[in-house]
Amino acid sequence: MTTTHPTSTSTRAGTLGTNAHRPDGVAKVQGGFAFSSDMWSENMLWGATLRSPHPYAKIISIDDSAALAIDGVECVVTAQDVPGNPYYGLIMSDQPVFAAIGDTVRYCGEPIAAVAADHPETCKRALAAIKVVYEILTPVTNPQDCVSGIAPQIHPQGNVYRHQRIITGDQSIVGDVIVEGTYEIGMQDQAFLGLESALAIPDSGGEGLELYVATQWLHEDRKQIAACLNIPEDKIRLVLGGVGGAFGAREDISLQVHTCLLALKSGRPVRISYGREESFYGHVHRHPATIWMRHHADRNGKILKIESTMLFDGGAYCSTSPAVLINAITHTQGPYKCDTASVEGWAVRTNNPPCGAMRGFGVVQACFAHESQMEKLGVALGLSPVEIRLRNVMETGDRLITGQIMDSVAPVEQCIRETDAIAMPEPLLPNADIRQIPGGTGLTAQPGNIVRGVGWGVSMKNLMYSEGFDDYSTARCRMTDGVVSVKFATSEVGQGFTMLAQQIARTILGVDEVLLDTIDTQVGSAGSTSASRQTWMSGGAVKAACEKVLEDLFDHAALTFELSRDHVRIEETDIVDILSGRRIAVSEASKGINLDRTEEYHHPPTEDLDENGQGNCHVAFAFVAHRAVVDVDVELGLVKVVQIATAQDVGRILNPISVQGQVEGGIAQGLGLAVMEEIIVKDGKVRNPSFTDYLLPTFLDAPLVEMVLIEEFEPKSPLGAKGVGEPPCISVTPAIANAIRNATGRELPRVPIRPYDICL
Amino acid sequence: MVEVNLHGRQPQTVINLRRVEELHEWSHRHTQQTVTIGSAVPYSVMETGKIAELVPALAQAARTVGSPQIRAAGTLGGNLGTCSPAGDSLPVLSALNAVIHLIGPQGTRDVAWGEFMLGVKKNALGSGEFVHSITVPVIQGWQGYAKVGTRNAMVIATASACLVRDTEEGLISIALGSVGPTIIRCSQAEKWLRKTTSLRAGAQINADLAVEFGRRVSDEATPIDDHRSTAAYRRHCVAILAQRLLVRSLA
Repeated sequence: MTTTHPTSTSTRAGTLGTNAHRPDGVAKVQGGFAFSSDMWSENMLWGATLRSPHPYAKIISIDDSAALAIDGVECVVTAQDVPGNPYYGLIMSDQPVFAAIGDTVRYCGEPIAAVAADHPETCKRALAAIKVVYEILTPVTNPQDCVSGIAPQIHPQGNVYRHQRIITGDQSIVGDVIVEGTYEIGMQDQAFLGLESALAIPDSGGEGLELYVATQWLHEDRKQIAACLNIPEDKIRLVLGGVGGAFGAREDISLQVHTCLLALKSGRPVRISYGREESFYGHVHRHPATIWMRHHADRNGKILKIESTMLFDGGAYCSTSPAVLINAITHTQGPYKCDTASVEGWAVRTNNPPCGAMRGFGVVQACFAHESQMEKLGVALGLSPVEIRLRNVMETGDRLITGQIMDSVAPVEQCIRETDAIAMPEPLLPNADIRQIPGGTGLTAQPGNIVRGVGWGVSMKNLMYSEGFDDYSTARCRMTDGVVSVKFATSEVGQGFTMLAQQIARTILGVDEVLLDTIDTQVGSAGSTSASRQTWMSGGAVKAACEKVLEDLFDHAALTFELSRDHVRIEETDIVDILSGRRIAVSEASKGINLDRTEEYHHPPTEDLDENGQGNCHVAFAFVAHRAVVDVDVELGLVKVVQIATAQDVGRILNPISVQGQVEGGIAQGLGLAVMEEIIVKDGKVRNPSFTDYLLPTFLDAPLVEMVLIEEFEPKSPLGAKGVGEPPCISVTPAIANAIRNATGRELPRVPIRPYDICL
Repeated sequence: MVEVNLHGRQPQTVINLRRVEELHEWSHRHTQQTVTIGSAVPYSVMETGKIAELVPALAQAARTVGSPQIRAAGTLGGNLGTCSPAGDSLPVLSALNAVIHLIGPQGTRDVAWGEFMLGVKKNALGSGEFVHSITVPVIQGWQGYAKVGTRNAMVIATASACLVRDTEEGLISIALGSVGPTIIRCSQAEKWLRKTTSLRAGAQINADLAVEFGRRVSDEATPIDDHRSTAAYRRHCVAILAQRLLVRSLA
């Protein structure tokens, strides 16, 4: 890894700009970290969920008497046990806690009942003993039928989650060169480690409870749980359970309300933990999408107009479908200048599995289409993939197709040029190790069977929430007798925010030790750990709280030690009066005092889109370029991604090794979507809900990653940093697809590209 | 154990064979030129070393099984007991005409591979019987295995093939995995090849003939469409694998 600029001026261990150690790192590597499924409580019951085997069916009756008769079964809860709002949802409250008698189940795997018992095996027997009578209905599985209106309405709130268009510029423009294509993106799973798990502990004698849960957003969970339970929010305390990973899959409610209902009904602690198969049914996935795009360009390759229609299958319940759609259509142009566009997007309801947030959030789908188009445009004009992109690169100050002015740092040209400058990998040698060859130890091929290809992908990704949403974050900083502690409700899902919070406090307050308070709802909301937003948002809140404490400390120190209040600074671990040159150690200055500040950080407000898709709907953007080199066994359709070269716009680098981890991990996830990861749904049923058949890249599939980090301070960001979580997984997918197209000469309009797409 | 852990099977009785030492042993009989491998010998032992020298195709198949952790635990006994058409070692046992030694309440008996696998996850094991060991011949000539999967490691076979060329007898045998309800031995293609060309030491085969051999091999496959792949792709794979293995056997 190389960086183009030096990072922070401070080199004190653990401060901003250094490779500070993660507080959870050693425990995770050594196996000592407690994930949410490791939680246990005295007198605890085990919970389990009964799910529909049908994608669409009316529930005629539910008989739980045989289950309740089983020795060890404590209680069963169904829709009639939900005291408050029977529905929940992040945007639209349309998803039932349990499907009710007389209502329908709308996807295969929808919860119908939950049981609590003395042992997981007892739970299994109890689930098998609950008799549900269904009237099976014909599922709506083709999203196009919802757009055309021929599908029957499968929910009182309709089959269309959102329909939005973007119209801008002179629609009569016709390019000298026109390229078009229809692209398809399959349903990807977040496939996080540390499966869904929650432990609910009812208050003794009270009406509230405590819920330990692996989630992305404690306060949003609490809001939805409180509404369903009909209990005031302040009677529910949520504590973050150890999270293995999230990638968007923990943004929606899954087992939270079920666990609480069982705990309240039984009066005992209850834990529900999903297995891998249930996890596939228990959370939302990446939207499968069909995208048509047509680019008009002049003879020099300048993009004149883009036309597109996008259809996103949101599945049975809304989740974040409307927001995913808006992200997709507002990123139609990618990181390129374009004045004229006509885009129409639909997100619809079907009886397929519900879809929602996943790393990249709609931009992944749009980017696969626009980068496939850029490759075609280059071919049509006889320009190289690099040249066609350089002739269109976006810059700060450009007007987007939404009318919004790009006011983020936008080093698109630099991303492309730096990526282009990275050395190509060695050619495949005749004596190459078999693990380097497509097919690997399957011994399917010899180097002579292999063709190499190169492809490009460049992307733009919005950061933070959009369309008028104030996704603020809160943090509290305390300095008590020289000991600093920070508290926030920011979900640590593996991204390393706990480490970053310590780095911020160490840097601002001049201390080496920073204690982390419990991550729970005893402080204000931090918003969701998603949208590449926590470094910016919760980082901003921790910074603000620490700075307030610092001001208080300076006030105190100026009085106590007779320093010039207006001329004190932190240098290393000292307070320095730059007039007198006096130095007082922070540990000395903070003795016997107690400073305590809680601050919120809000990003600048954004707007809704109008009916023509115009409006300042996004907060900020980040950019990245990827170049993929692949080896393809053209006869068998097997692929080995040899190298990914990338240059990413990251703002200020706060922790180099963490950025590197996000880049490498994102590339592996984007590679998965390119060549193997897909939830296969047929007739509304998931056919591969296991890691035997849902294939994730292994270490042998992971490419060599050569990265350059473009470090340019982002003035709008509280710490100068941009979110780095999502961008690496977005344009790597089309880069790999373009490389396979380059090797095979095939159009390959769909990801994941299956072996038979290449060779049959 | 997969059945118990993942699919909720609740067996009434489980007998642990782990400490039966003879199941963990293997031997090479020089006089008969055979190798006998206990049903509890793990794949990690077959991947390298003496077994790999004597039965290289088995070593190649063993190397494709799961991850290192799984290869340290997985055995031929497991592949035979489960009898999935995707069992990685089974095409090798078929192409080598392995003999399966069974042991049970009625004593011991030997079953030729051809009579052992009866269908998808169906085999000739009687009630109370288990696999004791497997005997395969040590072949003069060449043998090789190849397996297609959608990722480059840790994958269930989309299609697989084992080709054995016995230069003394002038015979070629080829068996296919994951393209039918059982492992498929391509006796028609074998017969055709034997009639068409010499397979003894020093024989040469032209490229067209290898392609035709592949086509005939794939004609004997009976693959299906499922969530892992398509029948057409599986049929295509075994044609390419047979062609490539035949060329390799003569290189």
